[in-house]
Amino acid sequence: MIKTFKYMRRQDWVLAFFASLLTVLRVYFELKIPEFMKRVTELIMTDGSTLRDIWTTGGWMLLTAVGNLAVMIVVSVMSARVGACFATRLRILQFERVSSFSMEEINRFSTASLITRSTNDVSQIQIYTAMLIRIMIPAPITAIWAITKITSQGQIQWSIAMSIAVAFLLVIIFVIFKYAMPRFRRIQTLTDNINRITREHLLGIRVVKAYNAEPYQEAKFEEANEALTHNNLTAHRIMMIQGPSMGLVMNGLSIAIYWIGAALIEAAGAREKILLFSSMVVFMNYAMQIVMSFMRMTMLFSMAPRVAVSANRIREVIETEPAIRDGLVEEVPVSTTAAAIEFRNVCLRYPDGANYVLKDISFHADKGETIAFIGATGSGKSTLLNLIPRFYEATEGEVLINGVNVKEYKQHALRRKFGYVPQTAFLFSGTLEDNIDYGDRNGGEKSTVTLDDAASVAQIKDFIETLPEGYGAPVARGGTNYSGGQKQRLSIARAVHRQPEIYLFDDAFSALDYRTDRALRRTLKSKMEGATTVIVAQRIGTIRDADKILVLDEGTIGGTGTHAELMANCRVYQEIALSQLSMEELVS
Amino acid sequence: MSQKEYKIDDDTRVRNQPQMGGGRGGIGRPVEKPKNFKKTWGRLLAYSRTERVPMIASFLGASAGAVLSLIGPMRLAKVVDVIEKGMADSIDFGAIGVLVNGLIAIYGVSALLNYFQNFFMTGVAQTISKRMRRHVVEKINRVPINYFNKVSYGDILSRVTNDVDGVSQALNQGVASIGSSVTLFFGSLAMMMITNIWMALVAVGVTLIGFFFMTLTIRASRQYFVSQQRDLGDMNGHVEEIYAGHNIVRAYNGEKNARLAFDRINDRLKTSAFKSQALSSMMMPMMFFMGNLGFVAVSIMGGVLAFRGRIPFSTIVAFMMYIRLFSHPLQDFAQVATRLQSAAAASERVFEFLEEEEVEDERGKTKRLKDVKGQLEFRNVRFRYEGMDEDVIHDFTAWAKPGQKIAIVGPTGAGKTTMVNLLMRFYEIEHGLITIDGINIQDLTRENVREQFCMVLQDTWLFEGTIRENIVYSKDHVSDEDVIRACEAVGLHHFIETLPHGYDTLLGDETNLSAGQKQQITIARAMIENAPMLILDEATSSIDTRTELNIQRALDQLMGGRTSIIIAHRLSTIKNADVILVMQEGHIIERGSHDELMALNGFYAGLYNSQFETAA
Repeated sequence: MIKTFKYMRRQDWVLAFFASLLTVLRVYFELKIPEFMKRVTELIMTDGSTLRDIWTTGGWMLLTAVGNLAVMIVVSVMSARVGACFATRLRILQFERVSSFSMEEINRFSTASLITRSTNDVSQIQIYTAMLIRIMIPAPITAIWAITKITSQGQIQWSIAMSIAVAFLLVIIFVIFKYAMPRFRRIQTLTDNINRITREHLLGIRVVKAYNAEPYQEAKFEEANEALTHNNLTAHRIMMIQGPSMGLVMNGLSIAIYWIGAALIEAAGAREKILLFSSMVVFMNYAMQIVMSFMRMTMLFSMAPRVAVSANRIREVIETEPAIRDGLVEEVPVSTTAAAIEFRNVCLRYPDGANYVLKDISFHADKGETIAFIGATGSGKSTLLNLIPRFYEATEGEVLINGVNVKEYKQHALRRKFGYVPQTAFLFSGTLEDNIDYGDRNGGEKSTVTLDDAASVAQIKDFIETLPEGYGAPVARGGTNYSGGQKQRLSIARAVHRQPEIYLFDDAFSALDYRTDRALRRTLKSKMEGATTVIVAQRIGTIRDADKILVLDEGTIGGTGTHAELMANCRVYQEIALSQLSMEELVS
Repeated sequence: MSQKEYKIDDDTRVRNQPQMGGGRGGIGRPVEKPKNFKKTWGRLLAYSRTERVPMIASFLGASAGAVLSLIGPMRLAKVVDVIEKGMADSIDFGAIGVLVNGLIAIYGVSALLNYFQNFFMTGVAQTISKRMRRHVVEKINRVPINYFNKVSYGDILSRVTNDVDGVSQALNQGVASIGSSVTLFFGSLAMMMITNIWMALVAVGVTLIGFFFMTLTIRASRQYFVSQQRDLGDMNGHVEEIYAGHNIVRAYNGEKNARLAFDRINDRLKTSAFKSQALSSMMMPMMFFMGNLGFVAVSIMGGVLAFRGRIPFSTIVAFMMYIRLFSHPLQDFAQVATRLQSAAAASERVFEFLEEEEVEDERGKTKRLKDVKGQLEFRNVRFRYEGMDEDVIHDFTAWAKPGQKIAIVGPTGAGKTTMVNLLMRFYEIEHGLITIDGINIQDLTRENVREQFCMVLQDTWLFEGTIRENIVYSKDHVSDEDVIRACEAVGLHHFIETLPHGYDTLLGDETNLSAGQKQQITIARAMIENAPMLILDEATSSIDTRTELNIQRALDQLMGGRTSIIIAHRLSTIKNADVILVMQEGHIIERGSHDELMALNGFYAGLYNSQFETAA
């Protein structure tokens, strides 16, 4: 938690500092009010004082109360400001960092977790930070100051009573932290369990029903439910000692103050008596303040572990160094000799993974060529494609685009070259036009013509024309108002509209039925004149015309060549082909 | 209507974080208003009926504790009285001793009562929330499957956890505290009135003024909470979209625009978060001020009266305590409405779900299928999903002799999966008839129908647990040998043996099984189930064709002798079926064996050939 504060801006620190200074003033006012009461008591007890004196003292008392309110309001506003600014800062830092992450880091954190870190976790910190300034800082100041006021009276008996009370309070806090805290920390895990079991149940509802496994699921849930309930019950029951026991300490202290006070007054001289009596009355007030301060501190301490979890999660994001760093190259002169894409002995291994995902991959694709990758699930073909736009960083070896290592390019310059279509189509909320004409649009012109062109290549133009709003048709978040096939074609239109040097299709055709797939590839071929194309696919049909096919087998290249060549001499390729087509079909 | 696209929304509703003793004041959220406050609370109380003894006990305990703490100040004032009287000569310590002992007893018992009230109430809250969670899960099993098309899973999940927690929190801190708060409020009011009516009026009046301002602040802050919530929602949405579409944003250099939108939302959020936080944290100063104001009023008024000799000094001491006992419940009242409302909103959502329509009760059905031969018939089946204008299935008639393999093919949306849904009685047909061995499946219990089928779906469903648990699943008395035999049959045994913990390897985040291996596990599970008939719904669609060869072998094992229904869009899977039904838009357009259909040269042949055509 504390380590997170280093991300607070200087001006927020300054604000927090002034808020803390004001807090001292606030505590001063707070403890001043009972002192006026003491003065009133003395006035009542002493002969020769006037009613006017009481009114005057009362006036000051009221003023102090108003002053106290004013300072507290200012502190509240300041603390809210600090909290909100700090939260804003944390969100910016996280967003910036995540924007620079590669796929590997995104996958490591998982998207859902990154979202929680940027929103809920930050809100936790915001609220807690403001509470720290508003509640945590004044609490010990009040407690210590009030204790000093009692002990400075110089009556050792009162001081002893005070010390015993504080000792009790500390014991209570200790007990709560020792026994309740671990159980409160467990709540999250146990709730996650409940969530997981329910989620599994919902996801597999058809399987559950098909296997008549309802009682099984219920029993499994009940076990987790019982564990959670038991834990919560114990945790709360221990926690609940706090209120009554601290109240008891407070009342006990009041009684002690009066009892001791009585003895002191009895022993003192006439003049001392009044002073002691008036002190006694306000001490009860201080006793209350002290116990309340302790209660507030316990409350904040008890929230701390949960907030610390949030803080750590935020720091994890901010402090993750992105694996990918920007190069310097903006543009390379077009060379006729360099291959459009070249891999030289590329290997990839995830940081904590034992095995290579890709091993010793070398190939090159010339300008205008179509190169295809095929292989079993998990053979690394998608990962390989992702190395080209540098979504992943090669562990060893070099990936070259137009003869220059991708690491030397500025990232935006590198990515300007690609029209990338991912495996699962992704649409942004907005309109169809926003989605087709997305990003930096390569500096090219945007017009109805270019949109139409892209849409017709992607086989989606007819569909868009049936929509009343045309390209202005709305896209819901996640593109949920379009079917899977429509989304995929729109995402292809986005790539076409960019008029890229290199097309990257990451298994983008499997969501389409065979007929659409074929029509699309035919138009693409005529439109993509001169562009290099990389296709990752599962169907032999999709790739059999490629200029070069690479067969991936468990991270290595198992064969290279055209369809005919591979059919003749690559066993893995033959197997794949045979599983899809029968022998005579392959030959024909 | 695709049943395959399961989607879990990450619950965007603000999560309830467990906090020790927190939740009071401080962390503010806009109050969710229940649709019907009274009815929901009535229902909640009725639901909690079984716990009425501890509930009433803790209510009484809280009130009794409150009464005791009302006696305290009076006795303490008497102590002051004795001291004051003794100031001139000597203090009567005997009297003080009696009073103090009494006080210790009073406060001691009061603390105990307080604790036991809390103790019981926690028990009540936890028992009720446990039961609620159980009921929600049981309900999941009883609502018809189409319910899950209408409601997102995230929503149901959030009812099991967030909403139930909300109810439990409210019960925990809300209900019993009302008893003690009311007692304290009226008790201290009465005590003050009895002691001195004028001081009481001034003190109470001043405190109420403070309370008034406090209420105003709460009112004012509400609107900012709403706008904060809206901005938080926007932030959530934007961040979700950008993070989820990360590779697209990067590939198309969309970072700059994303950042601009982010900054816009972030700035708005900063302002609304600041305002709502500032206003909500105003509660504390107001509460303090209210307390102080009461104290000041008591001091001045009491001072003046005592000076004039109208009251003994001890009255001031008593009032100083009473005014605190009076203003404390006021702070409670300010929040109690909020708490009760959010509890009502939360429990309303739970009850709403619990009252959803259930599948028909079938306890009356006596017919049972046993030793099924496996003859299946669909006769003139017509079906439409709820809320749709058109039939998904039109007049579907088909049959399978025992042991036959029936394949259904056709484009997406043709109604293939619907047939499985009807056969398994996930949905009920309105027209036509489905029979197993000549018995209408609607005359049987769902359980009995489902017993007859093994089912393997496209989405491999595995849960967190060991491989063995996943294979055995809900079946009782499965020996290790059975499991091993099933795994050998599906070609998985060798692989499992190579894992460090073999069959006891936990399937979870750290174990990475390939899509094929996952499917092999579900096939093994189906083998263990060992039902007389088999349904394969796109069982090999999500795996690549080479892996499919291995799976196919496992499936052939599974199909041996069983009447099987195979749904596939990959035609190679079904070439050797006894009958192939080609479906389009709910109609069977062609039927026959592969060779017959190829000879027909119709839709099937076209579909079959299209996968080999090349883009010329």
